[in-house]
Amino acid sequence: MEKSVVFNNKLLPYLLLVPQLIITFVFFYWPASQAVWQSFLREDAFGLSSEFIGMENYLSLFAQPEYYKSMLTTAVFSSLVAVLSLSIALLFATQADKNLKAAGSYKTLMIWPYAVAPAVAGVLWIFMFHPTLGTLARPLRWMNFDWNPLLNGNHAMILVVMAAVWKQISYNFLFFLAGLQSIPKSVLEAGAIDGAGPMRRFWTIVFPLLSPTTFFLLVVNVVYVFFDTFGIIDAVTGGGPAGATTTMVYKVFADGRLGGDLGGSAAQSVVLMVIVIALTAVQFKYVERKVQY
Amino acid sequence: MVEHRPLNDIIAYAILTLGVFIVAFPVYLAFIASTHDAATVVGGHMPLTPGSHTLDNYYRAIFVGGSRTSREPVGHMLMNSFISAIGIALGKIFISILSAYAVVYFRFPFRKTAFWIIFVTLMLPVEVRIYPTYKVVADLHMLDTYAGLIMPLIASATGTLLFRQFFMTIPEELLEASRIDGAGPFRFFWDTLLPLSVTTIAALFVIQFIYGWNQYLWPLLITTQDSMQTIVTGIKKMLTTTDELAEWQLAMATAILAMLPPVAVVVFMQRLFVRGLVETEK
Amino acid sequence: MANVTLRDVRKTYAGGFEAIKGINFDVGDGQFCVLVGPSGCGKSTLLRMVAGLETISSGEIDIGGRIVNQVEPAERDIAMVFQNYALYPHMTVYNNMAYGLRNRGMKEPEIDARVQEAARILELVTMLDRKPRQLSGGQRQRVAMGRAIVRQPKVFLFDEPLSNLDAKLRIAMRVEIRKLQRRLSTTAIYVTHDQLEAMTLADILVVMNGGQVEQIGNPLDIYQKPATTFVASFIGAPPMNLMPLRSDELKSQLTGDGRLAEAGILGIRPEDFVITNETVTGGVALGLTVEAIEHVGAETFVYGTRQQEATGVAANPGELPPGEVIVRIPGAAGPAIGERIRAVAPPDKLHLFTADGRQRVGG
Repeated sequence: MEKSVVFNNKLLPYLLLVPQLIITFVFFYWPASQAVWQSFLREDAFGLSSEFIGMENYLSLFAQPEYYKSMLTTAVFSSLVAVLSLSIALLFATQADKNLKAAGSYKTLMIWPYAVAPAVAGVLWIFMFHPTLGTLARPLRWMNFDWNPLLNGNHAMILVVMAAVWKQISYNFLFFLAGLQSIPKSVLEAGAIDGAGPMRRFWTIVFPLLSPTTFFLLVVNVVYVFFDTFGIIDAVTGGGPAGATTTMVYKVFADGRLGGDLGGSAAQSVVLMVIVIALTAVQFKYVERKVQY
Repeated sequence: MVEHRPLNDIIAYAILTLGVFIVAFPVYLAFIASTHDAATVVGGHMPLTPGSHTLDNYYRAIFVGGSRTSREPVGHMLMNSFISAIGIALGKIFISILSAYAVVYFRFPFRKTAFWIIFVTLMLPVEVRIYPTYKVVADLHMLDTYAGLIMPLIASATGTLLFRQFFMTIPEELLEASRIDGAGPFRFFWDTLLPLSVTTIAALFVIQFIYGWNQYLWPLLITTQDSMQTIVTGIKKMLTTTDELAEWQLAMATAILAMLPPVAVVVFMQRLFVRGLVETEK
Repeated sequence: MANVTLRDVRKTYAGGFEAIKGINFDVGDGQFCVLVGPSGCGKSTLLRMVAGLETISSGEIDIGGRIVNQVEPAERDIAMVFQNYALYPHMTVYNNMAYGLRNRGMKEPEIDARVQEAARILELVTMLDRKPRQLSGGQRQRVAMGRAIVRQPKVFLFDEPLSNLDAKLRIAMRVEIRKLQRRLSTTAIYVTHDQLEAMTLADILVVMNGGQVEQIGNPLDIYQKPATTFVASFIGAPPMNLMPLRSDELKSQLTGDGRLAEAGILGIRPEDFVITNETVTGGVALGLTVEAIEHVGAETFVYGTRQQEATGVAANPGELPPGEVIVRIPGAAGPAIGERIRAVAPPDKLHLFTADGRQRVGG
């Protein structure tokens, strides 16, 4: 995978690389390594001096119940969003795949939520489900169901999940549709002749052949929940009520806002870095080879 | 697909229509809200049909600004969003096409190392390193500037990877013919490579524009002045009030405005968008 | 084991295009029927209609005495071998073959027996655990056939199964398919665009063009007595020489032949010419100038032009340019380029057709 014909200039390539390398160094490597370094320090109250304390920040972090809570919240959030948005998107994709003509227009009609900012999506959903003025909150109140995402942690979680799933369906739909369309029709016809009805064909032929796409989307969805949902959470619940919707990323933000514990905040960032690297490594290693478009 | 039962088709259409409805409903509702006055929206019994205050609301939102909460007219925020989104898109294209060119078409010591250095940036999105990056930007006196909004977000390698992949598919013969024709690296880049890369550049532009436009966390952190708010961060601020009821109808108008450019881009440049999405995720 | 009968089968697509224009034929139990014709003639569409993968606009398809127009493919008791094999990529060879049987609720021991037997016949026993991507083209083809055999269906349907193989493999597999079908005595319908494949495989040959049947019959009968000029030029390579009867030279030679009244086109196969200066009563003699020669080893093909008519571009693919005649000479000796030769065909080797080419005149 290398070009055999190249230019021989010695200086030019370095010059070409300079812009990206500078930006990458200043805005990526330097802050990232700062974070790692700071996670091993403790600053005094005035930020004037700092003291090397080894793993202490990490230890106290993992002793905090709020931290475990945020991990749990993140885990629950990811699973719900991944499962819901993948199943719904798959359902839509299979229906769209049946009809080649309509598939094109449905694609256009279904993919635009991708362009909506997560924060804006959050605003839309809190508007719909606002306990006092939300249009969709009305039927819930009418049924005497005490719907209040501003006060009830579980309700808040449900709302945030719905907003996140809504946004993510279009992305998953796109990839599922592409995956479905890449399965040769003749294989399905052979299945039909072999006596498999539509449902059986789906589970024994389509779904296995779709598994690289599914796995890829699973990883992407989890990463999405970890990071891109910050906007949704901030817009809808601000992390509350009482930390019910505080994911790990949100916690980094919120703790930093309050100020003070630079070391702890850095430690949290580093933990997140490790998790992301692991997820990305998994994605590259297992998915790269198998996904076909 | 093989069986010819009309019921299947009906169910399919029903499900898909339901899907389109679910996907469109929140936006529809927001649009409705943006056409009514404050009292109707906040009263809790907003109708499902458009009201008569469309022009009024949008005018106020764009040019006057919310009276109590967000002090800035949305028109200005829209401009900020535009500048930063285009800046991010163009910036990323610029630095990545140069780097990809260097890595693919030249041989030099540390070539592989340089590539890996850039490649690693894919792993960590900005949310993971927010506070240290904030400090760097602050130290460079770039808070509340366009440069501060743009630069940290162009650091990742998505563009470089995309261009590298694309360059690899260009036949060797093209470069050989160019060299025989006496072209050096600049000529080859300008006359041959760049024209061939136009669709890839466009696809990347679409994705990066949307990415930049929809940024929330980063602009939130580094902009303190109202005049630097982007429309996406501005909406949230409209809703957080300490004393008065938020002006939901203006917020909804703002939301619609915030959605229009990226959605328009996706809808009108769908093919490029899909291609960019698929290529950058691989 | 069953026969397949098509009665006035038609197919019209939405939009008005009539792909199949009223097809009638009958394939007896155990016979090997080949549908042959150029691309777009409708042969694959017809096969898929028999399979149930395409709808029928009107007419009846009868398998084993049962009209199957409304019957789902899975219920028709047929098996199909696709052009690109359509193997299940994620299943092993064993499971590819077992899938259809499992779907029908057969018990594992019996499934195993059938799969092993088919694998033995097709020499796939060592490959049962592999996935399709680990197999060569010829091996995949055999798995596709194995998938069809284990079902023990009433009818085998083949949709150009050999098109994706290289020439040598194609010839070898052609023979294998025929042997297999004979051994199993299953009725088979086979689609191909290759006339040689069609000739060598068929018990019954159906020549199609433009959604219609041009001729049905035994391959040799079709070869020796083509019913239309399309069949005449499609079957047999190099194609039959077709000459319009305008020129005086031809007409004068045929005077006295009773068929001349209706005939408009004369056809003579390259191998029916003899190069000689002797007179042959009742036959046709042509003076040719040699333009090109092809030596294929066992025989030689001489391309010559007749006097009085200019050489032009061929009217239809497979038909000779007006004025160009192909003569076959056994062996390797042949005239030189530019030489004038006299090619003669005896009266019983003359094929006469009406001027529109749609009918054979005489016997």
